[in-house]
Amino acid sequence: MTATAETTGAIGRPIRRKEDERLLHGRTNWTDNIQLPGTIHMATLRSPMAHAKITNIDISAALASEGVLHVYIGADFPDLPGTTCVWPVTDDIVMSHMPAICTDEVRYVGDVVAIVLATDQNLAVDALQLIDIDYEPLGAVVDMEEALKPGSPLVHESAGTNLCYTAKMPCGDYEAAKAKADVVVSRRFINQRLIPNTMEPRSVVAAPMGMSDEITIWTSTQIPHVLRVLLALLTGIPENHIRVVAPDVGGGFGAKLQINREEVLALVLAKKLGRPVKWTESRSEHFVSTHHGRDQIQDIEIAATKDGTVLGMKVDLLADMGAYLQIITPGTPLLGMFMYSGIYKMEALDFTCTGVYTTKTPTDAYRGAGRPESTYAIERIMDELAAELGMEPMELRKKNWIKHEEFPYTQIAGLTYDTGNYEAATERAMEMFGYEALRVEQEARRAAGDPVQLGIGISTFTEMCGLAPSRTLGALKYVAGGWEHCTVRALPTGKIELITGTSPHGQGHETAWSQIASDIIGVPVEDIEVVHGDTGRSPYGMDTYGSRSLAVGGQAIKLAGERLVEKARIIAAHQLEVSPDDIEFAAGTYSVKGDPEKSTTIQAVAFEAFTAHNLPDGVEPTLSGEATVDPLDFSYPHGTHLAAMEVDTETGKVTLRKYVCVDDCGVQINPMIVEGQVHGGLAQGIAQAMYEGAVYDAEGNLLTASLAEYLLPSAADLPSFDTDRTVTPSTTHPLGTKGIGEAGAIASTPAIINGVIDAIRHLGVNNIDMPASPMTVWRAIQAAKSGGN
Amino acid sequence: MTHISATVDGVHRQGEVEPRTLLVHWLRESLGQVGTTVGCDTSNCGACTVLVDGRSVKSCSVLAVQIDGKSVTTIQGLAEGEDWHPVQRAFKECHGLQCGYCTPGMVMASVDLLSENPNPTEAEIREGLEGNLCRCTGYHNIVKAVQTAAAEMGATT
Repeated sequence: MTATAETTGAIGRPIRRKEDERLLHGRTNWTDNIQLPGTIHMATLRSPMAHAKITNIDISAALASEGVLHVYIGADFPDLPGTTCVWPVTDDIVMSHMPAICTDEVRYVGDVVAIVLATDQNLAVDALQLIDIDYEPLGAVVDMEEALKPGSPLVHESAGTNLCYTAKMPCGDYEAAKAKADVVVSRRFINQRLIPNTMEPRSVVAAPMGMSDEITIWTSTQIPHVLRVLLALLTGIPENHIRVVAPDVGGGFGAKLQINREEVLALVLAKKLGRPVKWTESRSEHFVSTHHGRDQIQDIEIAATKDGTVLGMKVDLLADMGAYLQIITPGTPLLGMFMYSGIYKMEALDFTCTGVYTTKTPTDAYRGAGRPESTYAIERIMDELAAELGMEPMELRKKNWIKHEEFPYTQIAGLTYDTGNYEAATERAMEMFGYEALRVEQEARRAAGDPVQLGIGISTFTEMCGLAPSRTLGALKYVAGGWEHCTVRALPTGKIELITGTSPHGQGHETAWSQIASDIIGVPVEDIEVVHGDTGRSPYGMDTYGSRSLAVGGQAIKLAGERLVEKARIIAAHQLEVSPDDIEFAAGTYSVKGDPEKSTTIQAVAFEAFTAHNLPDGVEPTLSGEATVDPLDFSYPHGTHLAAMEVDTETGKVTLRKYVCVDDCGVQINPMIVEGQVHGGLAQGIAQAMYEGAVYDAEGNLLTASLAEYLLPSAADLPSFDTDRTVTPSTTHPLGTKGIGEAGAIASTPAIINGVIDAIRHLGVNNIDMPASPMTVWRAIQAAKSGGN
Repeated sequence: MTHISATVDGVHRQGEVEPRTLLVHWLRESLGQVGTTVGCDTSNCGACTVLVDGRSVKSCSVLAVQIDGKSVTTIQGLAEGEDWHPVQRAFKECHGLQCGYCTPGMVMASVDLLSENPNPTEAEIREGLEGNLCRCTGYHNIVKAVQTAAAEMGATT
């Protein structure tokens, strides 16, 4: 039940990270640190208009500028795409084409209209200002509902509509369920647009390396393997001539799960010019050019009987695609499609999602990708239902959630949750929170008319992560699989190379994967080197996103390790002159059953496999194990999050006083890293609720276009968190683990907003649009006082 | 171009710089001191924080010409030889970093904070690091790391 389970091996121990020495001494290999001789620096000129026709471009002054080698415009690469979408979610989806450089039309502020290549980055940026472009405005399309009205300007004229797709998933008969209901509650929730803001801006270096036709591309990406395939498909450069390396990557959160036009251009130009080409985005560029997250309007309806039994739910989404479809833009809202029922039993779920083009930066995956939105909807509407019924909100949840003895449980959308114990996590969280005492304080403040009111926010969530069974992905029209690869290689000296297809950017894979392999093959953690993020050294992989690295990659590590151990067992038996069946393996040592003095070690076997002087017949030299694992199912972590929110009813100021969460991610490989993932997720989810939000004006200009305007929380804006875990091992994962990378971001947003509303519901407030800024909250209170909301 | 000379991580360095060159660009591009990172272009994020004559500054908000004759310490010069500075040690011990991109600045800002206030409260740490943004840790373990370093440094002085 506590964070640190009893363990004798490496798994379960809060081992300090291997990664930290280089990171703490400034010896990290960020892409922007790569300075190759002869590098050409690329700078991008971006559209200042949201939607316009390009009528004239004059590059002559830029070409004459100091240090400038080339200036390219769209006409120089008329057929080169800048990105691609691998998830055409419906048969009749309206796809889009984002050119590497715009040819005749720009569709969002930040669209690339020209690039300068110069000997120096500053000179490249200087020359951008000398490019003269004439635009003819075509009309911005900022609001999704306006975009769908007849007569709206069209983001893609040839499509004849701004409607990208409509996806429906009717589960059960919602209308029949609703007909039985005593209470029907509906709300409109705005899941606002967020800007990911990895601390490391995107950066790419592409260089022909001379020994062959191969071009190496270092890029700050989560997906080196997927990117290699897509770069080959988009550019026509043979895949076997492209090596993608993700060196140290400074945060991802989905923002680096992408194929970007700057990567395409750097690759193509490095090949064309035969020299290294480098581009690094500024933070201001990041705001407009790196994909955004969320941005949904959610119309939610829930139907229940008067005793609080939930019957069904209706979900109608508008999802903002932005101007173009990038890698999984249309699929992102659908990653939440199966999760709108959350942890609750119900007989019907009617889901519709309408994707809409607007003249804004494309959206795509951002920490949680679809599940924060679905979790927000269900956890918010459960609070509204409780209020309507006059029930205590936790009691309503308890009445409807899946009981721990009911697992495995096939929920209304057809997913089978393998395990869970919502009762245990909730009990622990309420105890840590001091739930009852806070309810008493809340009542006292209310009775006293305290200007600062107290609210308790609840979020009892689950999510689906660990993307994913390949067949399921195929059925959903996703064009790739969801497997993961690992090779564990014993070197002649007994050291281990663990080659993984996952690609970390802060998650500590080098440490955690070593812990898994250490327990399986019985060598010390420090003797294991984890190799990742390089298609030249780690040829197979599906990379890191969707909390999949341990949930899927961990399975491959286990199986690869076991295969190495089994091959070594045959060699050990031969050395010890017994049958493999008579060999026991424990902690790196092979010994003869009943005669433990007769033994050898895995390191000794590795050397025998290298010399190959005395191997049994039919056994090949070298010692390694390799596995590619397709998961049986998604991973379903869950937890209970509680927030104590104080709201100053006179100013609208919201304060997060206390945050408690108890997550259940099954078996923890490294509880220290798990806790760190939870903390970071909480910060991002709380930030959505309280601080962050992209704001566009009617002309499609991003008003929150720098860190001076977009409120990324600092240490002073957040409290410390009280976290713990319950451990309900997954039954579909051989290590019993579940994903944890996104849980905090998924669960925390509704907890905060439920808490804010709980503090001021007695004033008549039953909804707050995020972020819950003082102005928003104050206005909601005023509106409620004057009879509206 | 202007001639400047300065001590950078204990080494005498000099060079010709454009008047517009920022300290961080001089460090990274001219001196190859790429341990200091650039996270923004509005002086909000603090990733590029270094010490100039022992006090923390965001090296994107200082011109290279302004450090002529001064001493600069970056994350690469904080520890002597193989040793770790107590703040570096505490960040590892407390898991005060994940991706590590903000870490050079966060560590240098913490060093300065502790030199000013050797025994800060949690609130003082949070206020003191307000100019340094981290997207991974939620700051919880960064605060713990600074508290841990404060305890260790207090114990050894």
